[in-house]
Amino acid sequence: MGILEVKGVGKRFGGLQALGNVNLSVAENTVHAIIGPNGAGKSTLLNCLVGKLIPDTGSVTFQGESVLGRKPHEINQMGISRVFQTPEIFGDLTVFENVMIPCFAKRDGAFRMHAYESVKDEVEIREKARLILDDVNMLEKRDMIAASLSRGDKRRLEMAMCLVQEPKLLLLDEPTAGMARADTNNTIDLLKHIKATRDITMAIIEHDMHVVFSLAERITVLAQGTPLVEDTPENIKGHPKVKEAYLGETQA
Amino acid sequence: MLGLSSKDTALLIIVALLALLAPVLLNPFPEASAMAQFNAGYPDLMQRFVIYGIFAIGFNILFGLTGYLSFGHAAFLGVGSYAAVWMFKLLSYNVVPAILLSVVVAGLFSVLIGYISLRRSGIYFSILTLAFAQMSFALAYSVLSNPKFNLTNGETGLQVYTDDPQIFHRAGLPDLPHFFGLSMRSTYTVDMGGWSFDFNAGYYLCAIILLVAFYMSIRIFNSPFGIMLRAIKSNQQRLNYTGLNSRPYTLAAFVISGMYAGLAGGLLAAMDPLAGAERMQWTASGEVVLMTILGGAGTLIGPILGAGFIKYFENIFSKINDNVLHQWFSFMPDGAEDFLVAIVHPFVGKGWHLTLGILFMLVVIFLPGGLVEGGQRIGRFVFRRNNRKGGGLEPDAKAKQPAE
Ligand SMILES: Nc1ncnc2c1ncn2[C@@H]1O[C@H](COP(=O)(O)OP(=O)(O)O)[C@@H](O)[C@H]1O
Ligand SMILES: [Mg+2]
Repeated sequence: MGILEVKGVGKRFGGLQALGNVNLSVAENTVHAIIGPNGAGKSTLLNCLVGKLIPDTGSVTFQGESVLGRKPHEINQMGISRVFQTPEIFGDLTVFENVMIPCFAKRDGAFRMHAYESVKDEVEIREKARLILDDVNMLEKRDMIAASLSRGDKRRLEMAMCLVQEPKLLLLDEPTAGMARADTNNTIDLLKHIKATRDITMAIIEHDMHVVFSLAERITVLAQGTPLVEDTPENIKGHPKVKEAYLGETQA
Repeated sequence: MLGLSSKDTALLIIVALLALLAPVLLNPFPEASAMAQFNAGYPDLMQRFVIYGIFAIGFNILFGLTGYLSFGHAAFLGVGSYAAVWMFKLLSYNVVPAILLSVVVAGLFSVLIGYISLRRSGIYFSILTLAFAQMSFALAYSVLSNPKFNLTNGETGLQVYTDDPQIFHRAGLPDLPHFFGLSMRSTYTVDMGGWSFDFNAGYYLCAIILLVAFYMSIRIFNSPFGIMLRAIKSNQQRLNYTGLNSRPYTLAAFVISGMYAGLAGGLLAAMDPLAGAERMQWTASGEVVLMTILGGAGTLIGPILGAGFIKYFENIFSKINDNVLHQWFSFMPDGAEDFLVAIVHPFVGKGWHLTLGILFMLVVIFLPGGLVEGGQRIGRFVFRRNNRKGGGLEPDAKAKQPAE
């Protein structure tokens, strides 16, 4: 039994069958990559996991509990955090406030008033936020308004926001898209460091095969809404069906 | 001090000084001078500055922080007034229970309206609040005023009659709203040279409550709760995927702002023991939106500035008539005098709305951050010039803090 079990999930958008019959099992404390061409349904699958979409068929369980029908904040509180394909951050807030918010969510749950306390007195929270910003090398940008960050920094900020919650399962939707090579390598190192220092499971969607083969322990190939194969990186590399459906085309 | 940063403490002290010295500061022109009509230091108007300031501070907690634009907040103002007058009718003219009940009733009422309206966001939320406010207006104006059950006294408005119970009323107590015997109308007038200053009990009660309300709004702005509210405005989706339930946060902000509105309504009744349905009209709801945007939504001091600005216009500009204009321009040749009067005429007196509308447009277009942004720009300009003169460094980017 994996920490995340997806069974027979299907999702239709009007006439388009975005997900056919997806079965996926992510084992605890592994890095599981999901690859596939554009429009294969990878983001749609993640949307079904975090409560943004409700699948038409099938079941999704996390640590044996169904996530279907739960609200996004409830799913997050179960221990699932997600980095989006286009960075979702609090653009009007400072970088530091951006990372403090998940710290509050982790400590206090889905809602607590705190209308009379001052943020300045939240020593623990501030320290935690400082540490994670240090981890992602953004400490000197802590007082910048998040919307004014570069695209790469926005991604790193979003990753920091997810990591500081210490999720059991981290979902990453193309975390290096649009990053320069050096930034991509930094991100790989960061994710490796995260993986090495805590108990965490990662499901990562990625186009960059360099990233996939540096991190993944298992790979699922998705095409047209259905899993084609699932195997170890070594076997995937040589798999004829995969080469044909995916690697051959995009790695031109 | 009081758990505030030094910057916020300074702001609070400035507001406190302005509020406490308002009777003097707002009467800068000698009684007999032609400019005396620009004086705003009379009790009635000062009370309104402060009461609408409280209304706008509360509205800003909802709109300025979460971005949820309510078009129905006058309903809570009206409910607060009705609650206060009922306390006068049933208990006594003491303003304390009246003001307390107005806050509580407005709070309960806003839980109900907020719970339903907040199921939607954006324009749908605004429309829902508007619909509720108009329903409240209709209820107050006619439905809840019939011979069998008269809660609001309809068109006439709710007021205190001699045959009302007033069970705690005693001989010797004023027959008007009072604070444990101190009548809200009692005024101490100081004549100094050509000047005359009115120190009014009702105004000072309102001013002290304003300071408390302002202090609480600073606390809210600087609290974790305040950050969550700003996060809702910035990216509600992200907040939900970060494990926070935005609904109770928006509801709490809605209820807090509803209670501020109820407090303002209660104070209006405490200054003048009357409550009418027109207080709940959509125009009244729109006015607080204007105040907040004009002053600077999402800033601490903006709503107070906006409220003062609009109330000043409403009361001072509306009093300027053609006679006054002729007086002003009398030094000019006759033809030019008539010409100028004809040009200015549409913008003053009954036309004050026109002037206000133009000013509002100018502010929204050129100063999207409201009067506060205007002040900041002037401040930065002056600061930079001084620096250049003194050969100092440019001010750092810190001047652009979001919550001023
Ligand atoms: N909300 C939606 N409404 C309609 N169609 C959608 C929606 N989301 C995704 N799709 C469609 O579903 C398919 C899969 O999309 P997506 O999951 O984003 O692919 P991927 O992330 O693998 O590139 C695409 O054809 C896309 O256009
Ligand atoms: Mg995608």
